[in-house]
Amino acid sequence: MRKGLAIFAGVAAALLLSAGAEAQIKKDIKIGVLADMSSLYADLGGPGSVVAAKMAVDDFGGTLDGHKIDVVSADHQNKPDIGASYARKWFDQDGVDMITDLTTSSVALAVQEVAREKNKVLMITGAASSDLTGKHCAPTSIHYAYDTTALANGTGAAVVKAGGKTWFFITADYAFGHALQNDTAAVVEANGGKVLGFVNVPLNTADFSSYLLQAQASKAQIIGLANAGGDTINSIKQAAEFGIVKGGQKLAGLLLFVSDVHSLGLQTAQGLQLTESFYWDQDDQTRAWAKKFFAKTNKEPTMVQAGVYSAVTNYLNAVKAANTLDGPAVIKQLKSKPINDFMIRNGHLQDDGSLVHDMYLYEVKKPSESKGPWDLYKLVATIPGAEAFKRPHGNECPAVKG
Amino acid sequence: MLSSLHLALPPAPLFFAQLLVGLINGAFYAMLSLGLAVIFGLLNIINFTHGAQYMLGAFGAWFLLTLFGIGYWPALIIAPLAVGLIGIAIERVFLRRIAGLDHLYGLLLTFGLALAIEGVFRQEYGSSGLPYSIPAELQGTVSLGFMFLPIYRAWVILASAAVCGATWFIIERTRLGATLRAATENPALVQAFGINVPRLVTLTYGGGAALAALAGVLAAPIYQVSPLMGSSIITVVFAVVVIGGMGSILGAIVSGFALGLIEGLTKVFYPEASSTIIFVIMALVLLVKPAGLFGRAG
Amino acid sequence: MARDRAAWAWGVGLFVLALVAPFLFYPVFLMKALCLSLFACAFNLLVGYVGLLSFGHAAFFGSAAYITAYTVKAWGFPPELGILAGVAVAAAMGAVTGWLAIRRQGIYFAMITLAFAQMVAFFALQAPFTGGEDGIQGVPRGHLFGLIDLNPTLTMYYFVLAMFLIGFAIIVRAIDSPFGQVLKAIRENEPRAVSLGYRAEHYKLLAFILSAALAGMAGSVKALVFQFAALSDVDWTMSGQVVLMTLIGGLGTILGPVAGAFIIATMETYLGETGSWVTIIEGVIFVVCVLTFRRGIVGVVAPYLTGSRQRSGCHV
Repeated sequence: MRKGLAIFAGVAAALLLSAGAEAQIKKDIKIGVLADMSSLYADLGGPGSVVAAKMAVDDFGGTLDGHKIDVVSADHQNKPDIGASYARKWFDQDGVDMITDLTTSSVALAVQEVAREKNKVLMITGAASSDLTGKHCAPTSIHYAYDTTALANGTGAAVVKAGGKTWFFITADYAFGHALQNDTAAVVEANGGKVLGFVNVPLNTADFSSYLLQAQASKAQIIGLANAGGDTINSIKQAAEFGIVKGGQKLAGLLLFVSDVHSLGLQTAQGLQLTESFYWDQDDQTRAWAKKFFAKTNKEPTMVQAGVYSAVTNYLNAVKAANTLDGPAVIKQLKSKPINDFMIRNGHLQDDGSLVHDMYLYEVKKPSESKGPWDLYKLVATIPGAEAFKRPHGNECPAVKG
Repeated sequence: MLSSLHLALPPAPLFFAQLLVGLINGAFYAMLSLGLAVIFGLLNIINFTHGAQYMLGAFGAWFLLTLFGIGYWPALIIAPLAVGLIGIAIERVFLRRIAGLDHLYGLLLTFGLALAIEGVFRQEYGSSGLPYSIPAELQGTVSLGFMFLPIYRAWVILASAAVCGATWFIIERTRLGATLRAATENPALVQAFGINVPRLVTLTYGGGAALAALAGVLAAPIYQVSPLMGSSIITVVFAVVVIGGMGSILGAIVSGFALGLIEGLTKVFYPEASSTIIFVIMALVLLVKPAGLFGRAG
Repeated sequence: MARDRAAWAWGVGLFVLALVAPFLFYPVFLMKALCLSLFACAFNLLVGYVGLLSFGHAAFFGSAAYITAYTVKAWGFPPELGILAGVAVAAAMGAVTGWLAIRRQGIYFAMITLAFAQMVAFFALQAPFTGGEDGIQGVPRGHLFGLIDLNPTLTMYYFVLAMFLIGFAIIVRAIDSPFGQVLKAIRENEPRAVSLGYRAEHYKLLAFILSAALAGMAGSVKALVFQFAALSDVDWTMSGQVVLMTLIGGLGTILGPVAGAFIIATMETYLGETGSWVTIIEGVIFVVCVLTFRRGIVGVVAPYLTGSRQRSGCHV
């Protein structure tokens, strides 16, 4: 017998007998953190996301209507079939109600299909591809922290407007890289720029030398790095080795996390511009939360990890308000009013699943400007949600298509 | 994907630059296939653990730096020695027991060892790379006109050429090498001359492992220290050894460098095919001359 | 004979267990184990009974998975046609690979199969229809023969069980037939078999094609179960896994690969969340098996269960 079924039966019976309040939450609540725990994205989400989720559950009180709230986690190893298997088992067998983090767009897309089949809630804080709310949009899936559209409108637009007209992309060869390249290319072209070429690189590559040489030979002003995590770190380090910047070209890190910049060091990363939805040192609210996270992990949080905390908290609040664990009902509750907390400012959940909210354009400080190991960014501009998440070519999601 | 197939000749600077990068990859292929060829040629063992021994060498350098503050240059000697000792232990404990059996048992056993070793390191250190910086003396780039060549990579080419040359010389031109080769062909007779053949076998396996580890230390600053570095290169190295001729030292060295160059060349015209071109060549060689380009027949 | 009766009793018992299993265990896990079992049995046909160790069998398993996934999803094939397409392609690939590889022996044979598998993996990565790193997702299960909806888990389970039994029956039939006897003769002493007039190359090639086709069938069914075809299906580590499954269970025993596949599937499903321990355990088992249990678990245990000193006849 399935364990979930047994618990359901037992608790329902107890509730009926107790003739208490007409609560519709009849089981313990389980939240799943499905992330890359051991590979190139482990630092930006990974075990830190699990900590964030548990913090959120503790701060919520640990129980809802007398039912325990549990956090489970697993490593999807950046493989969509493994991620989908876990999602299926979690939803079918283990009574998981919501899955979060989901770094790696190909995994998020695969899990989204499973969630669509079972009408379960996803709160995606790690993956980037705008296809999650575009042609593959799903009714119970929320793209929470950021997406490739916002990155393109942030970093891409800023670099083009500053004079970087010709581009060459080094692209991680899977859903995320292609989405980031496409969205950025659209913004570049819309601003009068030109894409001279691109090269596809397998995920988790250690040696970028031949790809950097191609980028160098293209003579593009800007080398756009449509990759993330360990791949971006390696690209930037090796670009320095091969004299790319000395030769006059500039690197654009289209997706950079505070964990990456910390790893690279200010000497190498200074001057790079990037778009994020959260920085720990932004204001008093963010600092207060980050302090608690740092106490547990000895690292400052990335926007993915802060996103997990925010997502779990808002999810639990919505479940409480809607008095049910039913996916569509919880989503409806989340759409009913704006979301504003330490991380999401002016957030509105759209019908395609994207959480439109304020994004920020940062620049990495020079070593002389920094007062501590994690004092890494200075704010260049705040991008209001409507502008950040605007798609130049429209949205293919059936829920919002005209 | 197919869109990046360049059918026109690329600019000369890119061409030579990619060849140079290919040569660097070839240096690693040569060193690693050398170790494999030595072990197979002299011991008749197909050492699948070679990739793991390469990884252990890189990790050795990383441990020495992170835990003991010992830098690159001493690591070049200490790490291979340590891994060589591990290799000796492996030979003594495991390989000796399957000595008389079919090749494939050795393959499966060493495959299992490789899985176990890689699993342990992956469990501890994850599967993305740990950083290891280029030693200060070798940092910087030299402008060659058509490209900026990182000094460290030039060092890698020179160092591996030297190591390959030295190993070839020892095996083909010295008395020790002659004894080793004789022991392969007729162990009983060589034993009768008073030479301790089993010990020779053990030391040779340890030597092959040490060679792999040396390649690992050389690789650490370029390829990042990662538990996956062994398994990602081992199939290519096998292909190189098969192409060169499974027992041939010279074949391994020449094929290693040559195939690195070919891979670099492929990256110029059809980058995505570069990881497979070596296997295509291997299949062709196996069908036409299974003993390999330099192999002795039979 | 007592041995036959004991074997029969075990067979019936296992069949009944298979029928009620989905009510006792997680059905998706069972389906995965059955697909892997078929894959391992197909592989065993080649290594245990013909004596040829292929290091690239994942190429057939994975290619069939991709073909089935694509034909069902993009061309709207019903599941049975999708599986047929997958099997046909795997068999064709087996014919080509086999014809080229059979010319060599032992380690060279293994290396050729590895080379071909790498080329197939490259093709899977680059070809537009396979979706690269993302794979082919959301493969519909469809209606079998237009009538039976395969979406409910229980129905799918019985379908997978049926496919496994069909494949298994083909293998058993092949082994116990005159064809199988000739294969064994070739494995034991090829020159002698040739001298008796048997064209060894033809027999080996046929066995290779059969093995490839059945491995393909396993892959096709797996694509429908998980509604997914991914690069990990053609990866050489998958080839290594099938060697492991067969080795653990027992080369050259009929049920050995099934036992091995179930062990590996259990480890992956229930230990997968502990990280790399699965890899470590697999490696250790490999080493232990080669050093001691060369006949595999079934090879060692079976004589006790059937009350006879059954020759497991494994020989790499």
